[in-house]
Amino acid sequence: MSRAEEHARAIRETLRRDTRGRPASLVLNAPKIVELCDVWLSFETPVLRGVDLWAREGETLLVVGESGTGKSTLLKLILRLLTPDRGTVRVFGMEMPRLSFEQVLAVRRRIGMVFQYAALFDSLTVYENVAYPLRENTKLLEPDIRHIVRERLRFVDMNPDVVSNLLPGELSGGMRKRVGIARAIATDPELILYDEPTAGLDPLAVNTITRLIRKLQVELGVTSIVVTHDLRAGFRIASRVAMLRNGRILFDGSPEDMVAASDPYIEAFLRAS
Amino acid sequence: MTRAVMAIDERLRTVALGAQDYATLALRATRGIVTRPFYWRDTFEQMDRIGVGSLPIVLLTGIFTGMVLALQSSVELVRFGANIYLGNLVAASMVRELGPVLGALAVAGRAGSGIAAELGAMRVTEQIDAMETMGTDPIRKLVTPRLVAGLVMLPMLTIVMDVIGILGGLLVSVMRVQLGADVYLRGVWSAFAVSGITFGIVPRDFVSGLLKPVVFGGIITLTGSYYGLRAGGGTEGVGRATTRAVVASSMAIFASDYFITQLLLVLLPPPR
Repeated sequence: MSRAEEHARAIRETLRRDTRGRPASLVLNAPKIVELCDVWLSFETPVLRGVDLWAREGETLLVVGESGTGKSTLLKLILRLLTPDRGTVRVFGMEMPRLSFEQVLAVRRRIGMVFQYAALFDSLTVYENVAYPLRENTKLLEPDIRHIVRERLRFVDMNPDVVSNLLPGELSGGMRKRVGIARAIATDPELILYDEPTAGLDPLAVNTITRLIRKLQVELGVTSIVVTHDLRAGFRIASRVAMLRNGRILFDGSPEDMVAASDPYIEAFLRAS
Repeated sequence: MTRAVMAIDERLRTVALGAQDYATLALRATRGIVTRPFYWRDTFEQMDRIGVGSLPIVLLTGIFTGMVLALQSSVELVRFGANIYLGNLVAASMVRELGPVLGALAVAGRAGSGIAAELGAMRVTEQIDAMETMGTDPIRKLVTPRLVAGLVMLPMLTIVMDVIGILGGLLVSVMRVQLGADVYLRGVWSAFAVSGITFGIVPRDFVSGLLKPVVFGGIITLTGSYYGLRAGGGTEGVGRATTRAVVASSMAIFASDYFITQLLLVLLPPPR
């Protein structure tokens, strides 16, 4: 058996093992809650050149591609941290570039974002980091906030009594990511965006993070868009995969279809993962 | 030739866009002072950092400025037998110019650089993006409290600087020039009285001496925030932002000092 075949078999095995309970069939006719139509964006050079992409309610969309192909840029467009040069970006049916700043803030409150390096606030403790969106966006009283923070920390397999008073600088990379997830889900968002959730983590921490993302899918039914180049981890959680190349969507389909694809670039990408 | 023109055009365009961004930041931060939500806790924290934190450097700058001013002036004044005017000279110089300007430069070096470094580090580690994604306006949360702290604390620091500078002058006057404290202090009061009285009770020098630090406080905090929020390119970018913030705010302090002085001379002319 050649190395490529061996690799494809390993991925198929991962898919077979990890797709149990994946709600793909449920989301086929669900409404699109994120929709990018013919999106163009340039900085000094073109980054996105006519991207069409959507995510339906309840699905986990994996966005893969080489570094610098504009994967993280897509997330920034969804959050309107960037605006496209051309094309439309609709989130929850609202056209993001046309909204006022206050309206954008209101949409962002319905979205959770997990950053590549967690982006925890350095000067705040773990507890304060997770409590931050609750304090900013709700009128909850401190006992309720404390209850939610402790619950979210437990959800990400952390002991609130141990970690609550630690500063982000005192945490390992995996722990920081888990706190980042706890913060992202603190306000029960309808959509969670993950930017390279497993980057820079050891294999055990990668397993923990992918397990957590699955748990969010199954237990909370939350819609997720995951940007990554870690295909092995990504395939365990994805219900759909989109591949970016040279600023365009090269592939959009199920993980199984991607493994079966005959495009030489996709084959090479899968082999290299 | 065409390339040179294009380069100049590009540079001018960058400067104009930068000025536009700076003005937008200033407007949005100012709007945050009068509209909800207010971040009181952050504001008091910044007042403590910018005001109380800058006190030691302002005290040191103030006392040595007053002392050296008295020392240098006494050399010339003694030559004309006019050393009884030492108090007038030190007080007028400290309150009108040296207190506000040197105090602001000290704060720009300490607090302005700190603001740029802190916000720059938050920008490059995506903490500001995180804040935005959680529905917080980073200008209201980060810039407005710093702006308020600058506007309130700079005048207070300037008062401290003026007082300590005049006391430094008194020290030199008594110990080195052998001029009595009463003569020196009479000179100080006479300097303020001669400058004229505004609004019936306030010495004119106090108005100019306290208006300038309000403007300088705005310049320091807004410039630090502007460069910090625009930082990019990792730790090197943060370093660059910090340097630019200090250089730009120092230049802006000198330039605005001239224009405020000119304006006040027109609006509140000194008595003839």
